[in-house]
Amino acid sequence: MKNWFMLTLVGKDRPGIVAKVSAALYRGGANLGEASMTRLGGNFAVMLMTQYEGPPEALEKIVAPVAGGLALRLHIDPIEGELHRHVEPNVRVSVYGADRAGIVAEVTGALAEAGLNILDLESDVGGSSQRPIYIMHIEGHAEGGADKVKRIMEALTKEKNIEVQIAPIDTLLG
Amino acid sequence: MAVLDILTYPDPRLKQTSSPVSSFDAPLRDFIADLEETLLAHPGCVGLAAPQAGRFERIVVLDVSGKPQVPNNGRLTLINPEIVRADGSAVGREGCLSVPDYTGNVARAEKIALKAFDSYGRECLYRMEGFEARAALHEIDHLDGLLFLDRLVSRRNALFRRKNYGLSGAAKTNPS
Ligand SMILES: [Zn+2]
Repeated sequence: MKNWFMLTLVGKDRPGIVAKVSAALYRGGANLGEASMTRLGGNFAVMLMTQYEGPPEALEKIVAPVAGGLALRLHIDPIEGELHRHVEPNVRVSVYGADRAGIVAEVTGALAEAGLNILDLESDVGGSSQRPIYIMHIEGHAEGGADKVKRIMEALTKEKNIEVQIAPIDTLLG
Repeated sequence: MAVLDILTYPDPRLKQTSSPVSSFDAPLRDFIADLEETLLAHPGCVGLAAPQAGRFERIVVLDVSGKPQVPNNGRLTLINPEIVRADGSAVGREGCLSVPDYTGNVARAEKIALKAFDSYGRECLYRMEGFEARAALHEIDHLDGLLFLDRLVSRRNALFRRKNYGLSGAAKTNPS
Protein backbone atom coordinates (compact mmCIF):
# COMPACT_ATOMS: atom_id res chain seq x y z
CA MET A 1 0.00 0.00 0.00
CA LYS A 2 1.18 3.47 -0.80
CA ASN A 3 0.65 6.15 1.82
CA TRP A 4 -1.25 9.05 0.37
CA PHE A 5 -1.96 12.36 2.04
CA MET A 6 -4.05 15.34 1.00
CA LEU A 7 -2.16 18.55 1.56
CA THR A 8 -4.18 21.72 1.75
CA LEU A 9 -2.43 25.07 1.70
CA VAL A 10 -4.21 28.40 1.73
CA GLY A 11 -2.96 31.95 2.00
CA LYS A 12 -2.53 35.30 0.36
CA ASP A 13 -1.38 34.84 -3.23
CA ARG A 14 2.23 35.70 -4.01
CA PRO A 15 4.75 34.57 -6.61
CA GLY A 16 6.61 31.30 -6.03
CA ILE A 17 4.15 29.35 -3.88
CA VAL A 18 3.92 26.30 -6.14
CA ALA A 19 7.64 26.19 -6.90
CA LYS A 20 8.70 26.49 -3.25
CA VAL A 21 6.20 23.98 -1.88
CA SER A 22 6.89 21.39 -4.57
CA ALA A 23 10.66 21.81 -4.18
CA ALA A 24 10.42 21.22 -0.42
CA LEU A 25 8.34 18.09 -0.99
CA TYR A 26 10.75 16.79 -3.62
CA ARG A 27 13.77 17.38 -1.39
CA GLY A 28 11.95 15.68 1.49
CA GLY A 29 11.35 12.54 -0.57
CA ALA A 30 7.61 12.95 -1.15
CA ASN A 31 5.94 12.22 -4.50
CA LEU A 32 3.21 14.41 -5.92
CA GLY A 33 -0.02 13.00 -7.35
CA GLU A 34 -3.06 14.82 -8.71
CA ALA A 35 -3.53 18.44 -7.73
CA SER A 36 -5.86 21.37 -8.03
CA MET A 37 -4.48 24.82 -7.37
CA THR A 38 -6.09 28.14 -8.06
CA ARG A 39 -6.28 31.78 -7.13
CA LEU A 40 -9.53 32.63 -5.39
CA GLY A 41 -10.25 36.20 -4.40
CA GLY A 42 -6.57 37.12 -4.06
CA ASN A 43 -5.80 33.96 -2.09
CA PHE A 44 -4.04 30.94 -3.42
CA ALA A 45 -5.50 27.54 -2.58
CA VAL A 46 -3.63 24.29 -3.07
CA MET A 47 -5.06 20.78 -2.85
CA LEU A 48 -2.33 18.29 -3.49
CA MET A 49 -2.20 14.50 -3.34
CA THR A 50 1.15 13.57 -1.86
CA GLN A 51 2.68 10.17 -1.42
CA TYR A 52 5.05 9.83 1.49
CA GLU A 53 6.44 6.76 3.22
CA GLY A 54 6.25 8.06 6.75
CA PRO A 55 3.91 9.42 9.40
CA PRO A 56 2.00 12.67 8.83
CA GLU A 57 4.13 14.39 11.48
CA ALA A 58 7.26 13.78 9.43
CA LEU A 59 5.56 15.08 6.29
CA GLU A 60 4.46 18.15 8.20
CA LYS A 61 8.08 18.82 9.21
CA ILE A 62 8.99 18.88 5.53
CA VAL A 63 6.27 21.33 4.47
CA ALA A 64 5.71 23.49 7.55
CA PRO A 65 8.88 25.64 7.23
CA VAL A 66 8.17 26.62 3.63
CA ALA A 67 4.45 27.08 4.32
CA GLY A 68 5.28 29.32 7.27
CA GLY A 69 7.70 31.35 5.18
CA LEU A 70 4.94 31.97 2.63
CA ALA A 71 2.29 32.65 5.32
CA LEU A 72 0.23 29.69 4.16
CA ARG A 73 -2.02 27.68 6.45
CA LEU A 74 -1.20 24.00 6.12
CA HIS A 75 -3.44 21.00 6.64
CA ILE A 76 -2.44 17.36 6.17
CA ASP A 77 -4.92 14.48 6.00
CA PRO A 78 -4.04 10.84 5.49
CA ILE A 79 -6.35 9.65 2.69
CA GLU A 80 -7.31 6.37 1.13
CA GLY A 81 -6.68 7.81 -2.31
CA GLU A 82 -5.02 6.12 -5.20
CA LEU A 83 -4.06 7.27 -8.65
CA HIS A 84 -5.82 5.92 -11.74
CA ARG A 85 -9.27 6.24 -10.24
CA HIS A 86 -10.72 8.69 -12.69
CA VAL A 87 -14.45 8.69 -13.24
CA GLU A 88 -15.35 9.90 -16.72
CA PRO A 89 -17.82 12.79 -16.76
CA ASN A 90 -20.73 12.43 -19.16
CA VAL A 91 -22.54 15.73 -18.53
CA ARG A 92 -21.31 19.30 -18.70
CA VAL A 93 -23.28 22.09 -17.07
CA SER A 94 -22.62 25.78 -17.60
CA VAL A 95 -24.55 28.31 -15.54
CA TYR A 96 -24.56 32.06 -15.45
CA GLY A 97 -26.80 34.76 -14.08
CA ALA A 98 -26.98 37.80 -11.87
CA ASP A 99 -25.18 36.94 -8.65
CA ARG A 100 -27.48 36.62 -5.67
CA ALA A 101 -27.80 34.60 -2.49
CA GLY A 102 -28.75 30.98 -3.01
CA ILE A 103 -27.87 30.57 -6.68
CA VAL A 104 -25.31 27.81 -6.06
CA ALA A 105 -27.56 25.97 -3.62
CA GLU A 106 -30.47 26.06 -6.05
CA VAL A 107 -28.50 24.86 -9.03
CA THR A 108 -26.50 22.17 -7.25
CA GLY A 109 -29.58 21.05 -5.33
CA ALA A 110 -31.43 20.49 -8.59
CA LEU A 111 -28.41 18.72 -10.06
CA ALA A 112 -28.21 16.40 -7.06
CA GLU A 113 -31.91 15.64 -7.47
CA ALA A 114 -31.20 14.83 -11.12
CA GLY A 115 -28.62 12.29 -9.96
CA LEU A 116 -25.58 14.23 -11.11
CA ASN A 117 -22.41 13.43 -9.22
CA ILE A 118 -20.19 16.52 -9.48
CA LEU A 119 -16.62 15.62 -10.43
CA ASP A 120 -15.37 19.12 -11.06
CA LEU A 121 -16.77 22.56 -10.32
CA GLU A 122 -15.28 25.94 -11.08
CA SER A 123 -17.04 29.19 -10.48
CA ASP A 124 -16.27 32.85 -10.80
CA VAL A 125 -17.91 36.13 -9.97
CA GLY A 126 -17.53 38.61 -12.78
CA GLY A 127 -19.33 41.78 -13.84
CA SER A 128 -18.94 44.84 -11.66
CA SER A 129 -19.31 45.20 -7.90
CA GLN A 130 -22.66 46.95 -8.47
CA ARG A 131 -23.89 44.30 -10.89
CA PRO A 132 -22.02 41.07 -10.19
CA ILE A 133 -22.61 38.02 -12.33
CA TYR A 134 -22.03 34.45 -11.32
CA ILE A 135 -20.52 31.95 -13.75
CA MET A 136 -20.16 28.26 -13.00
CA HIS A 137 -18.84 25.23 -14.87
CA ILE A 138 -19.58 21.74 -13.74
CA GLU A 139 -18.53 18.40 -15.11
CA GLY A 140 -20.18 15.37 -13.64
CA HIS A 141 -21.53 11.92 -14.10
CA ALA A 142 -25.23 11.10 -14.17
CA GLU A 143 -26.57 7.59 -14.61
CA GLY A 144 -29.38 8.80 -16.86
CA GLY A 145 -27.07 11.03 -18.92
CA ALA A 146 -27.60 14.63 -19.99
CA ASP A 147 -31.25 14.28 -21.07
CA LYS A 148 -32.54 13.49 -17.61
CA VAL A 149 -30.52 16.33 -16.09
CA LYS A 150 -31.92 18.69 -18.75
CA ARG A 151 -35.52 17.83 -17.95
CA ILE A 152 -35.07 18.50 -14.25
CA MET A 153 -33.11 21.71 -14.78
CA GLU A 154 -35.58 23.14 -17.26
CA ALA A 155 -38.08 23.98 -14.55
CA LEU A 156 -35.44 25.72 -12.47
CA THR A 157 -34.26 28.04 -15.22
CA LYS A 158 -37.79 29.14 -16.03
CA GLU A 159 -38.44 30.02 -12.41
CA LYS A 160 -35.14 31.53 -11.40
CA ASN A 161 -34.01 33.65 -14.31
CA ILE A 162 -30.64 32.00 -14.73
CA GLU A 163 -29.09 30.63 -17.87
CA VAL A 164 -28.21 26.96 -17.77
CA GLN A 165 -26.68 24.98 -20.59
CA ILE A 166 -26.47 21.24 -20.29
CA ALA A 167 -24.57 19.21 -22.84
CA PRO A 168 -23.60 15.57 -23.01
CA ILE A 169 -19.89 14.85 -22.85
CA ASP A 170 -19.41 12.18 -25.45
CA THR A 171 -15.78 11.27 -24.99
CA LEU A 172 -14.02 10.20 -28.13
CA LEU A 173 -11.64 7.29 -27.77
CA GLY A 174 -9.20 6.99 -30.62
CA MET B 1 -5.18 -11.58 -38.64
CA ALA B 2 -3.93 -10.42 -35.30
CA VAL B 3 -4.65 -7.91 -32.58
CA LEU B 4 -1.66 -5.59 -32.55
CA ASP B 5 0.02 -4.13 -29.48
CA ILE B 6 -0.69 -0.46 -28.89
CA LEU B 7 2.16 1.90 -28.12
CA THR B 8 1.48 4.13 -25.14
CA TYR B 9 2.92 7.52 -24.31
CA PRO B 10 5.68 8.30 -23.19
CA ASP B 11 6.94 5.98 -25.93
CA PRO B 12 8.86 8.49 -28.09
CA ARG B 13 7.80 6.73 -31.30
CA LEU B 14 4.33 8.23 -30.91
CA LYS B 15 5.87 11.66 -31.48
CA GLN B 16 7.40 10.87 -34.85
CA THR B 17 5.98 11.73 -38.27
CA SER B 18 4.77 8.80 -40.36
CA SER B 19 5.62 8.31 -44.04
CA PRO B 20 3.13 8.21 -46.91
CA VAL B 21 2.08 4.81 -48.23
CA SER B 22 3.47 4.21 -51.71
CA SER B 23 2.45 0.66 -52.61
CA PHE B 24 -1.15 -0.42 -52.32
CA ASP B 25 -0.54 -4.14 -52.20
CA ALA B 26 -1.65 -7.28 -50.38
CA PRO B 27 0.74 -6.82 -47.41
CA LEU B 28 -0.80 -3.37 -46.90
CA ARG B 29 -4.30 -4.85 -46.89
CA ASP B 30 -3.17 -7.56 -44.44
CA PHE B 31 -1.91 -4.87 -42.10
CA ILE B 32 -5.17 -2.92 -42.43
CA ALA B 33 -7.11 -6.09 -41.53
CA ASP B 34 -4.97 -6.39 -38.39
CA LEU B 35 -5.51 -2.72 -37.56
CA GLU B 36 -9.29 -3.19 -37.91
CA GLU B 37 -9.21 -6.26 -35.72
CA THR B 38 -7.24 -4.27 -33.16
CA LEU B 39 -9.85 -1.50 -33.28
CA LEU B 40 -12.64 -4.02 -32.69
CA ALA B 41 -10.73 -5.50 -29.77
CA HIS B 42 -11.10 -2.20 -27.91
CA PRO B 43 -14.78 -1.53 -27.22
CA GLY B 44 -15.75 2.13 -27.47
CA CYS B 45 -12.71 2.96 -29.58
CA VAL B 46 -13.71 4.66 -32.85
CA GLY B 47 -10.41 4.98 -34.65
CA LEU B 48 -6.81 3.89 -34.79
CA ALA B 49 -3.77 5.20 -36.61
CA ALA B 50 -1.01 2.90 -37.82
CA PRO B 51 1.72 4.51 -35.68
CA GLN B 52 -0.28 3.57 -32.56
CA ALA B 53 0.39 -0.03 -33.60
CA GLY B 54 4.07 0.65 -34.29
CA ARG B 55 3.83 1.03 -38.08
CA PHE B 56 4.89 4.50 -39.11
CA GLU B 57 2.88 4.90 -42.28
CA ARG B 58 -0.02 7.23 -43.00
CA ILE B 59 -2.89 4.81 -42.44
CA VAL B 60 -6.03 5.34 -40.35
CA VAL B 61 -9.04 3.14 -39.68
CA LEU B 62 -12.17 4.91 -38.52
CA ASP B 63 -15.67 3.81 -37.60
CA VAL B 64 -18.09 5.96 -35.60
CA SER B 65 -21.17 4.17 -36.95
CA GLY B 66 -21.68 2.41 -33.61
CA LYS B 67 -22.49 5.72 -31.89
CA PRO B 68 -26.19 6.54 -31.79
CA GLN B 69 -27.32 9.64 -33.69
CA VAL B 70 -23.90 10.49 -35.09
CA PRO B 71 -23.75 11.32 -38.81
CA ASN B 72 -21.07 9.14 -40.39
CA ASN B 73 -19.52 7.64 -43.51
CA GLY B 74 -19.46 4.11 -42.08
CA ARG B 75 -16.30 2.06 -41.69
CA LEU B 76 -13.40 3.80 -43.37
CA THR B 77 -9.80 3.18 -44.24
CA LEU B 78 -7.99 6.45 -44.85
CA ILE B 79 -4.56 6.24 -46.45
CA ASN B 80 -2.40 9.32 -46.94
CA PRO B 81 -5.34 11.48 -45.75
CA GLU B 82 -5.29 15.17 -46.45
CA ILE B 83 -7.66 17.75 -44.98
CA VAL B 84 -8.83 19.96 -47.84
CA ARG B 85 -11.31 22.04 -45.91
CA ALA B 86 -12.06 22.75 -42.25
CA ASP B 87 -14.82 24.96 -40.87
CA GLY B 88 -16.00 25.99 -37.43
CA SER B 89 -14.62 24.97 -34.08
CA ALA B 90 -16.05 23.05 -31.16
CA VAL B 91 -14.63 21.83 -27.89
CA GLY B 92 -15.11 18.16 -27.08
CA ARG B 93 -13.63 15.56 -24.83
CA GLU B 94 -11.04 13.11 -26.10
CA GLY B 95 -9.17 10.14 -24.83
CA CYS B 96 -6.74 7.84 -26.60
CA LEU B 97 -5.70 4.19 -26.40
CA SER B 98 -2.14 5.48 -26.42
CA VAL B 99 -2.81 7.71 -23.38
CA PRO B 100 -4.58 5.48 -20.83
CA ASP B 101 -6.58 6.86 -17.89
CA TYR B 102 -6.73 10.46 -19.00
CA THR B 103 -9.21 12.50 -21.01
CA GLY B 104 -9.22 16.17 -21.82
CA ASN B 105 -10.97 18.88 -23.79
CA VAL B 106 -9.77 19.66 -27.28
CA ALA B 107 -10.96 22.20 -29.88
CA ARG B 108 -11.46 20.75 -33.35
CA ALA B 109 -13.06 21.86 -36.59
CA GLU B 110 -16.78 21.07 -36.74
CA LYS B 111 -16.91 20.26 -40.43
CA ILE B 112 -14.16 18.98 -42.65
CA ALA B 113 -13.60 17.66 -46.13
CA LEU B 114 -10.75 15.25 -46.62
CA LYS B 115 -9.13 13.35 -49.43
CA ALA B 116 -7.69 9.91 -48.81
CA PHE B 117 -6.84 6.74 -50.68
CA ASP B 118 -8.46 3.41 -49.97
CA SER B 119 -6.47 0.19 -49.66
CA TYR B 120 -6.54 -0.28 -53.45
CA GLY B 121 -5.11 3.17 -54.11
CA ARG B 122 -8.37 4.80 -55.17
CA GLU B 123 -8.72 8.42 -54.14
CA CYS B 124 -11.93 9.34 -52.28
CA LEU B 125 -13.36 12.57 -50.95
CA TYR B 126 -15.24 12.55 -47.65
CA ARG B 127 -17.28 15.19 -45.88
CA MET B 128 -17.46 14.82 -42.13
CA GLU B 129 -18.97 16.72 -39.25
CA GLY B 130 -19.06 16.64 -35.47
CA PHE B 131 -17.92 13.47 -33.80
CA GLU B 132 -16.69 11.81 -37.00
CA ALA B 133 -14.69 14.91 -37.99
CA ARG B 134 -13.19 15.00 -34.49
CA ALA B 135 -12.23 11.32 -34.73
CA ALA B 136 -10.61 11.78 -38.15
CA LEU B 137 -8.64 14.81 -36.96
CA HIS B 138 -7.51 12.98 -33.83
CA GLU B 139 -6.24 10.04 -35.92
CA ILE B 140 -4.60 12.20 -38.58
CA ASP B 141 -2.76 14.00 -35.77
CA HIS B 142 -1.18 10.65 -34.84
CA LEU B 143 0.34 10.51 -38.35
CA ASP B 144 2.10 13.79 -37.60
CA GLY B 145 3.30 12.71 -34.17
CA LEU B 146 0.67 14.76 -32.35
CA LEU B 147 -1.43 13.54 -29.42
CA PHE B 148 -4.57 15.17 -28.05
CA LEU B 149 -2.33 16.17 -25.15
CA ASP B 150 -0.71 18.64 -27.57
CA ARG B 151 -4.05 20.39 -28.07
CA LEU B 152 -5.67 20.53 -24.64
CA VAL B 153 -7.76 23.58 -23.81
CA SER B 154 -8.74 24.75 -20.36
CA ARG B 155 -12.32 24.14 -19.27
CA ARG B 156 -12.39 27.61 -17.80
CA ASN B 157 -11.89 29.36 -21.11
CA ALA B 158 -14.25 27.24 -23.15
CA LEU B 159 -17.60 28.48 -21.82
CA PHE B 160 -19.52 29.97 -24.68
CA ARG B 161 -17.27 29.03 -27.54
CA ARG B 162 -18.46 25.50 -27.56
CA LYS B 163 -21.50 24.46 -29.43
CA ASN B 164 -24.62 25.77 -27.80
CA TYR B 165 -27.07 22.98 -27.14
CA GLY B 166 -29.50 25.09 -25.13
CA LEU B 167 -32.00 23.67 -22.70
CA SER B 168 -34.98 23.20 -24.93
CA GLY B 169 -34.15 22.55 -28.55
CA ALA B 170 -35.94 25.68 -29.74
CA ALA B 171 -35.25 28.40 -27.19
CA LYS B 172 -31.50 28.65 -27.50
CA THR B 173 -29.84 31.40 -25.59
CA ASN B 174 -27.12 33.14 -27.46
CA PRO B 175 -24.82 34.79 -24.97
CA SER B 176 -22.28 37.18 -26.35
ZN1 LIG C 1 -5.37 8.51 -30.22
